[in-house]
Amino acid sequence: MQWVSYLPSLAQGALVTAWITLAAIAVGAVLAFVAGIARVEGGRAVSTLALCYTELFRGTSLLVQLFWFYYALPLIGISFEPVATGILVLALHVGAYGSEIVRGALASVSVQQFEAARALNFGRMHTLIHVTLPQAIIEMLPAFGNLAIETLKLSSLVSLISIADLTFRAQSIRNLTLDSAGVYSLTLVGYFAMSLVLMLVMRLIERWARRGAAFPRAAHS
Amino acid sequence: MMYGYTWDTATPLAYAWSILPIILIGLTVTLKAAAAGFAIALVLGLVFAMLRRSRFRSVSWTTACVVEFLRDTPLLVQLFFLYYVLPEYGLTLPAFLTGALALGLQYSAYTSEVYRGGIEAVPRGQWEAATALNLTRMQTYRDIVVPQIVPRILPAMGNYMVAMIKETPVLSVITVLDMMALANMIGERTFEYLVPLTMVGVIFLILTLVCSAGLHRLQKVLPKAGIPLR
Repeated sequence: MQWVSYLPSLAQGALVTAWITLAAIAVGAVLAFVAGIARVEGGRAVSTLALCYTELFRGTSLLVQLFWFYYALPLIGISFEPVATGILVLALHVGAYGSEIVRGALASVSVQQFEAARALNFGRMHTLIHVTLPQAIIEMLPAFGNLAIETLKLSSLVSLISIADLTFRAQSIRNLTLDSAGVYSLTLVGYFAMSLVLMLVMRLIERWARRGAAFPRAAHS
Repeated sequence: MMYGYTWDTATPLAYAWSILPIILIGLTVTLKAAAAGFAIALVLGLVFAMLRRSRFRSVSWTTACVVEFLRDTPLLVQLFFLYYVLPEYGLTLPAFLTGALALGLQYSAYTSEVYRGGIEAVPRGQWEAATALNLTRMQTYRDIVVPQIVPRILPAMGNYMVAMIKETPVLSVITVLDMMALANMIGERTFEYLVPLTMVGVIFLILTLVCSAGLHRLQKVLPKAGIPLR
């Protein structure tokens, strides 16, 4: 039962992974909404800027982005703590993917809804906040759920910039004990369990949103 | 110096120009790894999709669990698992093949869902008609199902291929000398990471933009109703 002795260290790593994932999801969601709304509602300059951000971070590899922020940026005088770099880059990456989800959901709101809002003399901001977004968010949730799992999986890459997350701990334990099968099986199971929890939470949020609890006015008016 | 090319760090531009041949050697490795990985994913995904449709509950349920597990765990850890654990059971593959296998395994979970969606989109009536016409299972797949699902699944498969190209830099951690690994090595030797890493980023960007444009074209060219095989 050698593997029991790995558990405390792996659990600590799992906590770091959970923290980085949740922080990246939170920051990424903000970026996704800002960029997604800018793509749909912004003027020419703003929406082009948002498009550039999306294409830049979706079109390059996360590992390249991480190394770029970790090794290359400090050379021109900008540097952060490794954990901050990890969260920031992960958030920028998934935020770019999320912005496409937000844009798609906003674009799928039917034209009649806009016409009705116009007829009621709602302003653009008012229409967005009270008419389109509440409907669009419900459509976004399944895709956001997948993206959340993707974030958890991608967070393993921060181990390569010396952050002691679950993968990093697994590597250290393997280097000490050479018990590859045990350590990595346990790590895979750990990630799988975290994915399942994340999936469950997203399902619950989705169910709660669909019931209209999140946006009572949107659901009943 | 690497692969017989010396670098010139006088100005960033001269530096970039002098290491371009090295990075391009890495690019071929990146593309080969993605191609090998995607071939594995296409075949293995189909196997998973078929097993999922098995009449035996135990088979379809086990497959569903395996696919879910592959899909919900990180590629990096799967990669380490294959790289360190396979040799313990006597299977020592070159790093490149291990990497392609890991990419293929992870993406087979995605492609199996694409296949499944494609097969399920064929209306029930067509299966019944095939039975009524006394077609064998093989004939049904070859003449009825496959021609219809090919145009339906191609765009999704293409997207996964682009995604896979972007994940290949991860293979650099198990000593595959791809673009990322070479850029890092150049950085370590010259203490100048900005140029090589930026070049890798730009090449990835060009690669994905070109692939996406190509996919967009393909989607327009493909016949909507299906491709006749004969």
